[in-house]
Amino acid sequence: MNSKRRKPRIGVFKFASCDGCQLSLLDAEDELLDVAAAVDIAYFPEASRAMLKGPYDIGLVEGSITTHHDAGRIQKVRKQCRTLITIGACATAGGIQALRNWVDTAEYVRAVYATPKYIRTLSLSTPIAEHVPVDFELRGCPINKNHLLEVISAALIGRKPNIPTYSVCVECKRRGNVCIAVAQGVACLGPVTQAGCGAICPAYGRGCYGCYGPMETPNTAALTDQFRILGNDGSQIRRAYRGFNAWAWEFRKAGEECE
Amino acid sequence: MSSREEGLSGLVDLPSIGQLISLLERQGWRVIGPTVRDGAIVYERVESIDDLPRGWTEEQEAGRYRLKRRGDDALFGYNLGPQSWKKYLHPPEVRLLEARRENGLLKILKQSDPPPRYAFLGVRACELAAIAVQDRVLVGDRFADPIYEARRKNLFLIAVNCAQAAPTCFCTSMGTGPRARQGYDLAITEILEGERHEFLLEAGSEQGASVLGQLRARQAGPADSEIAEKMAEHAASQIHRRIETEGLHDLLYANWEHPRWDDAAGRCLSCGNCTMVCPTCFCTNVEDVSDVRGEHAERWRRWDSCYTLSFSYIHGGSVRRSVRSRYRQWLTHKLASWIDQFGTSGCVGCGRCITWCPVGIDLTAEVRAIRDTPTRAPKRRENRNGES
Repeated sequence: MNSKRRKPRIGVFKFASCDGCQLSLLDAEDELLDVAAAVDIAYFPEASRAMLKGPYDIGLVEGSITTHHDAGRIQKVRKQCRTLITIGACATAGGIQALRNWVDTAEYVRAVYATPKYIRTLSLSTPIAEHVPVDFELRGCPINKNHLLEVISAALIGRKPNIPTYSVCVECKRRGNVCIAVAQGVACLGPVTQAGCGAICPAYGRGCYGCYGPMETPNTAALTDQFRILGNDGSQIRRAYRGFNAWAWEFRKAGEECE
Repeated sequence: MSSREEGLSGLVDLPSIGQLISLLERQGWRVIGPTVRDGAIVYERVESIDDLPRGWTEEQEAGRYRLKRRGDDALFGYNLGPQSWKKYLHPPEVRLLEARRENGLLKILKQSDPPPRYAFLGVRACELAAIAVQDRVLVGDRFADPIYEARRKNLFLIAVNCAQAAPTCFCTSMGTGPRARQGYDLAITEILEGERHEFLLEAGSEQGASVLGQLRARQAGPADSEIAEKMAEHAASQIHRRIETEGLHDLLYANWEHPRWDDAAGRCLSCGNCTMVCPTCFCTNVEDVSDVRGEHAERWRRWDSCYTLSFSYIHGGSVRRSVRSRYRQWLTHKLASWIDQFGTSGCVGCGRCITWCPVGIDLTAEVRAIRDTPTRAPKRRENRNGES
């Protein structure tokens, strides 16, 4: 790196989310000093009190849009970031909170909050890309910290990040796992889910929960048929698709087709 | 194989198989063999006879596999598990290069240690054929893959003849089994008859004969060879799945616009499982990774699959965008264009792609459907996206 060149400035922004994805950056302990040396972490309220004003070269956005206030705020964030990267299932698909999209939000507000009039919320939880143009979507619940470093490194060098979009099965077989769908009859979302986690759940005998959202060409109809053959009814199959990426288009469609 | 060793054979008892494992280990081989893990019989390091799947077998059908007890003490009383020997000879992930930036120069770092000398215990006839196919593809062509070659050249191969067949087997169609005829150092036939539990060992190489000589084997007679032949015949008689290979190459070439491809695409998940479990599929992708500071870089080779969009990505996009075109590419390559490319079929009839397809797509049924209703090769060409 040319030391005379201004270091790229990074901003980390949070919307409706659990913070787990932005914590992945802090979780990258071995690489954190390198990241700090390569970039200027200008805005990252979770990590530092120093909150420098924009513009930013790279904006990392976590969380979904669930309030009028956030719908306005994301427009301002977009204007301040040259490259906008959304991180995690909330930002890329609406997150687990998108389960509200199938229910009467007003009724839930009345049932949950003592003083419902204080709550101002949208009826839908939506991904960032439904509101502003996004340069790259990094999937996962939570994201893989190595992916985050890869995306940052690639953005700094100006190359395409190596983030696979094929199925979890490819990673699962490379890892040497025995297919739990075939050998145990487990309903596993692996074949329709994007790789990235390293096939953790199947390695421990659990079906894939679909944390990384739909893979590049998901055939959910064929998988749904197979889930039925394995003895699952419509409500069980719908629940499988309605996880962290429930509102991602293909999972949303697949879940609704089980109604 | 020299003719002198070819006929060398002997009978050993159950404990001798354990002695065979420790003998090979002592002589510097790492023995990889069948063992039960996570509800399947997989090929992993075995250090004693207790690691072998004694008394286990499996049920297989399209999209389904279940381990099952046999009710006897057979060591090799199963057919095929999910993994092939490919994962040792052609590893799923290999670091090709590691480099560091030092004083503005690129410094290539030393590569890791040479691979272990593997001894494979329990290689089925179809799997020997698969290794021969990969030999042809990875070292027998104009270019040799040093990673495969280094693992292959020191290999000790112990074949096991099949005494039964799984419903997904079709080696008889592909001419690869069920009896191992060549390409092994030792071949084992497990004889289980009433109280008798013995193993007929046949040497297929000098190396195999030497190992056989170190075991306490008793003389095998013509009757024992007869039993081995009978068992192979019995296994063959259990095989009902079939691919008619006569004219298959031309049939598939002529039917590249057959409606069956659309039908298959409707069921295919494009997940890549069939290519991962296939013992001959060899495709890999090479990826470079660099660190945040741009001072350290690695180049990794990983198993790839023709079912991914990135596999056919060229300038402007992926060539095979539709699942139809990807399923057709895989099946036609395996059974037809592989012959043009390498002089042999890419299919050995092991049936793994049938069992381990999560939705149970059966290539023998797909081929039959096309054969039963062939369409004439249309004149018009597909559009450039591979969609028609």
